Amino acid sequence: MKMKNKSEIKIKDAFDHGKAFIGFVTGGDPSIEKSEEYILKMVEAGCDLIEIGIPFSDPIAEGPVIQEANLRALLAGTTTDKLFELAARVREQTDVPLVFLTYLNPVFRYGYDAFCAKCEEAGVNGIIIPDMPFEEKGELLPFAKAHGVDVISLIAPTSEQRIKEIASEATGFIYVVSSMGVTGVRSEIKTDLGAILSAVKESAKVPAAVGFGVSTPEQAAKIAQVADGVIVGSAIVKLIAQHGEDAGQYVHDYVKGMKDAIR
Amino acid sequence: MSKGRYGVHGGQYIPETLMNEIIKLEESYEFYKKDPAFNRELEDLLKNYAGRPSLLYYAEKMTKDLGGAKIYIKREDLNHTGSHKINNVLGQALLAKKMGKTRIIAETGAGQHGVATATAAALLGLECEIFMGKEDTERQKLNVYRMELLGAKVHPVTTGTMTLKDAVNETMREWTKRVDDTLYVLGSVMGPHPFPMIVRDFQSVISREAREQILEYEGKLPAAVVACVGGGSNAMGMFYNFIQDKEVQLIGCEAAGKGIHTKQHAATIAKGTPGIFHGMKSYFCQDEYGQIAPVYSISAGLDYPGIGPEHAHLHDTGRAQYVPVTDDEAVEAFEYLARTEGIICAIESAHAVAHVRKIAPDMKKEDSIIICLSGRGDKDVAAIARYRGVDIHE
Repeated sequence: MKMKNKSEIKIKDAFDHGKAFIGFVTGGDPSIEKSEEYILKMVEAGCDLIEIGIPFSDPIAEGPVIQEANLRALLAGTTTDKLFELAARVREQTDVPLVFLTYLNPVFRYGYDAFCAKCEEAGVNGIIIPDMPFEEKGELLPFAKAHGVDVISLIAPTSEQRIKEIASEATGFIYVVSSMGVTGVRSEIKTDLGAILSAVKESAKVPAAVGFGVSTPEQAAKIAQVADGVIVGSAIVKLIAQHGEDAGQYVHDYVKGMKDAIR
Repeated sequence: MSKGRYGVHGGQYIPETLMNEIIKLEESYEFYKKDPAFNRELEDLLKNYAGRPSLLYYAEKMTKDLGGAKIYIKREDLNHTGSHKINNVLGQALLAKKMGKTRIIAETGAGQHGVATATAAALLGLECEIFMGKEDTERQKLNVYRMELLGAKVHPVTTGTMTLKDAVNETMREWTKRVDDTLYVLGSVMGPHPFPMIVRDFQSVISREAREQILEYEGKLPAAVVACVGGGSNAMGMFYNFIQDKEVQLIGCEAAGKGIHTKQHAATIAKGTPGIFHGMKSYFCQDEYGQIAPVYSISAGLDYPGIGPEHAHLHDTGRAQYVPVTDDEAVEAFEYLARTEGIICAIESAHAVAHVRKIAPDMKKEDSIIICLSGRGDKDVAAIARYRGVDIHE
C-alpha cells in the first residue's frame, strides 16, 4: 500500500521490522508489464526490498539462470528508459524500497548524473553494480549522493582485510556474497558467513544482507540467524523462466514461504 | 581513480570476489619482474623453447613490387606454437607457477592463445582449461584438437555471440569460482589492471628486438610500424619500444569485416564509443544504452568489441593511428604475401599486410616500414579456401 511521500522512503525501512527478505527480478523478463505485476506480487507476499535488474548483454557475475533472463529481457526490447518508467509506476503503488542492479557500462553510457537523477525522479533508492569494486566507486559516488541514491557495496568470501574499509563507507545496505563464483542456486553454502558477518558488523553503520545461491527456506532461516536480510534472485527468476506470463502466483507463494521462514 | 590508468582508460572494474586476487597478482608481478632468477628462467624459455629472437626479414620482392618504402617483416609466426602469443604465455605461466598456482585458465578466439597456453601448461606441469566460443571452435577445429593433444580441456562457450567476448566472460566467471589454485592467463593487453601492463611488458620483446634489428640493418629507425589490432597484444608489443621515437608512425589495423558502413565489423576505434567492460575503461562497439554489440570479422582473433586501454590512450593522444581493413582486403593480402614472399600468414596479420600494401608505394624508398606478422596461417587455410568457394575439409 502507498502511504509515504517518495522522498521519505529509505533503504533502511526494509530492515525496520525484523529480518528483511530481498527479492530480485530481471526487469523486462518476460515483459515490462509482467515485471510490474511480479514485483507487486512480491510486495504483497511480504518482500521488504525489491531489486530490479537492468539487463546487460554480458553479465559476468551472473550464472546461467539470470544470464538467460537478461537475454530474454533484451530480446523483448527492454531499455534503461523503459525500466525507469516501470520503477516510477511501481513507486506510485508501494512504499517498499527499490534498488537497481546492473553493470557499470549501462550506467556510464546513460551518464552518471542523468542516471542518478532519473533514479531520484522514479523513486529508486539505490544501485548495486557488481563490476564496480571499492576502488572504482569514486567516479559515480558524487552523483549518487547529490540525488540521494545509495550505492550498495558488495563484500565477498575473499574480501578478508578489505571488509573494514568497504563496510565503514557503505551506504544503504551491504550485500554480502555468500559464495565464490556467480549467481545461481546452490545446494550448500560452505562459506563461514558468521565470521564474515561479524567482521562486517564491526565496521558497518548499515544493515548487511546475504545473497548468491540462496533458494530454500532452510537456507534463508539459517542465514537470517547471522544477517539482517536474505537476498534471492535466481530462484525467483527460474520460476519466471518456467511459468512465463503465468508466474505471478508461483512468485507470490515462493516469496511468502521464504519470508515466513525468516520471520 | 584506481591504478592502471592510461589517460582516462584502464582501471579495475571487476567483481569484489576477484579484487584480492588481482592485488596479489600485481604484487607478485612487481616482485618477480625485478627478480634475476625469474628473468633468467624466462629468457631461457624464450630463447631455447620459443625460438627467440624472431627474425626481422627484409621482404625484397614485396618492396620491389610496391615500389616505395623498404618492407621488413617481424616474423612472430616463426615462434614455437606459431604466433606472438607464446611470449606472454610463457611469462604468465611462469608467474603462475611462482605464485604457487597449479591450474591456469584462458580465453581464446582464433585458438592461438589457447594453444600457446596449453603448450606452456604442458611444459610447466600446470593443469589447463580453455574457454572458446562455440562458433570459433567450429571455425578453428584444428586448434581445438591441438589444445586437447597438449592436455588441455576445451570448453565451448554457448552464451551470447559464442565468440571471443563470450569466451572472456566465461573465463572471468570460472575465475571467480576458483581463485585459490588458479591464474587467469589473459591473452591480450586488456582486462583489469594489472593485465594490460603485464601482457604489454611480456610482448614488448617484439619491439625491443625489432628496434635493434632495424638499426643494425638500416642504421636508422623505421618510418612506420604496422600491426593488426583486436585486443591489441601484438600491436602493443610492436609499438611499445617505439613510443618514445616520435618520428616512427605507429599504425594499428582493425578488422572492418564487411565494411565500417555496415554493422558487420569489429572496428572499435573507428566506430566504438567510450565504455566500461571486461574490467577496463576503453572504447567498445556498443549501442546507446551500453549493450555490447555483436561484432564480426573473418578473423576469429580480431572478432572482439573492445580494444586494450593503452591503445585507447595512444589513439586519444594521437600517438598511434588506427585504420580499418576489410575481410576482402585481408584475404587478398593473405594470398599476396603467400605468392610474393612465400609466407602463409595468419588472417589476423594479413590485416596489417593489407594496409602496408596501401601506404608503402607512397613512402620514400630510403624509408623502411615494419609489419608485425603476428602468426602463421595454417589454421586459416581451409577458411580462406571456403571464402574463395573451394570446399576443403580439414
